[in-house]
Amino acid sequence: MRREIPVLITGIAGVVFVVQYFIPHFPFNRLSNWFSDWFSIIAACAIWLGALNLIKISIEKIAYRRHDWGYSIIVVACFLLMVVFGFWAGRDSREPGMPFTWMYDFVYSPLSATMFAILAFFVGSASYRAFRARNLEATLLLLAAFFVMLGRVPVGDVLTGFLPEQFQLSQVAAWIMNFPNSAGQRAIMIGIALGIVSASLRIILGIERSHLGGE
Amino acid sequence: MVVFIALTYGCLAATPSLWAQEPSPTSVAQITAQLAEPPADETPVAVLNVRITDTPNDDGHALDIRWDASASEAEGRVDHYEIWRAAVIDGQAGEYANIGEVTSGTYIYTDGNVSEDGSYYYKVFAVNDSTFEGTEIWTLRSESAVAGPLTPVAQWFDMQRINVFVGVLLLCGFIIYYITQARAGKELFIRKIAGLEAVDEAVGRATEMGRKIYFIPGSQDMDQVQTIAGITILGRVAEMAAMYETRLDVPVSRSLVMVTAREVVKEAYAKSGRPDSFQEDQVHYLTDDQFGYAAAIDGMVVREKPATIFMMGLFYAESLILAETGNSVGAIQIAGTGEPSQLPFFVAACDYTLIGEELFAASAYLSKEPRQLGSLKGQDIGKGLILVAILIGILLETFGIWDFSKLFKVIE
Repeated sequence: MRREIPVLITGIAGVVFVVQYFIPHFPFNRLSNWFSDWFSIIAACAIWLGALNLIKISIEKIAYRRHDWGYSIIVVACFLLMVVFGFWAGRDSREPGMPFTWMYDFVYSPLSATMFAILAFFVGSASYRAFRARNLEATLLLLAAFFVMLGRVPVGDVLTGFLPEQFQLSQVAAWIMNFPNSAGQRAIMIGIALGIVSASLRIILGIERSHLGGE
Repeated sequence: MVVFIALTYGCLAATPSLWAQEPSPTSVAQITAQLAEPPADETPVAVLNVRITDTPNDDGHALDIRWDASASEAEGRVDHYEIWRAAVIDGQAGEYANIGEVTSGTYIYTDGNVSEDGSYYYKVFAVNDSTFEGTEIWTLRSESAVAGPLTPVAQWFDMQRINVFVGVLLLCGFIIYYITQARAGKELFIRKIAGLEAVDEAVGRATEMGRKIYFIPGSQDMDQVQTIAGITILGRVAEMAAMYETRLDVPVSRSLVMVTAREVVKEAYAKSGRPDSFQEDQVHYLTDDQFGYAAAIDGMVVREKPATIFMMGLFYAESLILAETGNSVGAIQIAGTGEPSQLPFFVAACDYTLIGEELFAASAYLSKEPRQLGSLKGQDIGKGLILVAILIGILLETFGIWDFSKLFKVIE
């Protein structure tokens, strides 16, 4: 029963989701929203599991002086600080000037922005490796990247201004993006859609059960 | 010098009209008053033939109102049309209220704010108005005859999605057929997927090096099928890790994923005959925040230098941050996602990448279970059909024989 009941629930929920897409009549038209609401409620309640797990692991690390335990002090301190600031003034905690808002605006947001900004450097290093002309495919990739990058900046058209308009770099870049690139992306998306249908069907029929912890 | 400045300022101050860009309130009022009376021949002719129909393929909360153009529209005497509605109360039309308007040239309005429990009357006004500087000077309306009453009805099947329905039936039919074939013992050929062939090698490498394996199941929750696909692969990887007695670490960003992944890993260790090796903290929560999650994993990767990193699931901008950090410590990386925009990043930074459908095929491929492999065969047949449809479409559309693509239009 430990396996059968989850499989049954998954199967029913899966069929309901498929059916509601084709039937606009009540109650099918509401089912998707109801399921989404239930999921949001369960996920919101479950966040305590995650938070408690994080604190438990961090405190254990500090208590037993495990490797890199110093970082865990920062984790626990920041966690508790934000909880205290969050409850400090009740609903007013999110008002401008309150400690919670201050931490959010001047600590959390800049840190998130910093992580996002690092992406620019990683794109550079990854591109360097990907665009090395080691074989035919990599050379084609390098050429396509060269034309697209140069075609996206004004200097591209300045350099090729003497050519007919359709051969100028901005047009070449647009052609690469609109045709070969779109075709490739769509092929991948068709494959993904088929893969999702197939995987969903395996889950709905109970053939795929490994996400439930067993065959 | 001071005298010159004073004289200049005095001259400019004496000529205020030079600076007056906005018309004075008096002039607007004067013009408004002059035009307040509309010319007698500006009244538009009322619209004719107002029809109400139930909006097709909906949940019974909309009605379509159509009408014929006012005869005055061609002469430029219709600015817009107003639609007025009255609910039926005790068998009579209640009070009419303006529910919306459309510009001239449009002769249909969908009222999406009605209920299956009510019936409704409608009138359409042809409106000609004049404004000056944003102020309405005069408005002339002509009222149509009343249409209705009509009650909206919910449909039991959305006919606009019949093509999707047929497609789903066909695909599911193929998949179920091949599952049945596989169950009956028929040999099925499945092409090799390099990324999945390398799973053994990747786990073995971590064992030889005595370092950890990291499995990152994406940054999204269990309501995403990609996360489920990632978790199914985790089960196979955990089995191998347990067999080789290699430490597996699963940092997650959602509590529900943590609970599910923990159960999967625990079962995998039990199945490998090493239930005692499983530790709950192998699967641990970090944060729900996208970049907080990436930062935490980056820190762990740099400090612990795992030998192998699996990234399977739904990733967004954090994909390259994670993959490049893993690459920098020399870990063998196998990634898979169904997010097309993140695939190039994984291809550039990882050793093997499961591209789209391969992620969903991974569990079946690794399990070698006939029924699951049968579903892959059915999926491939579906792909073949789509390929044929694309080729036919290219021919028909290129030579202008038939608008083949309309068969595949999907209404959201």
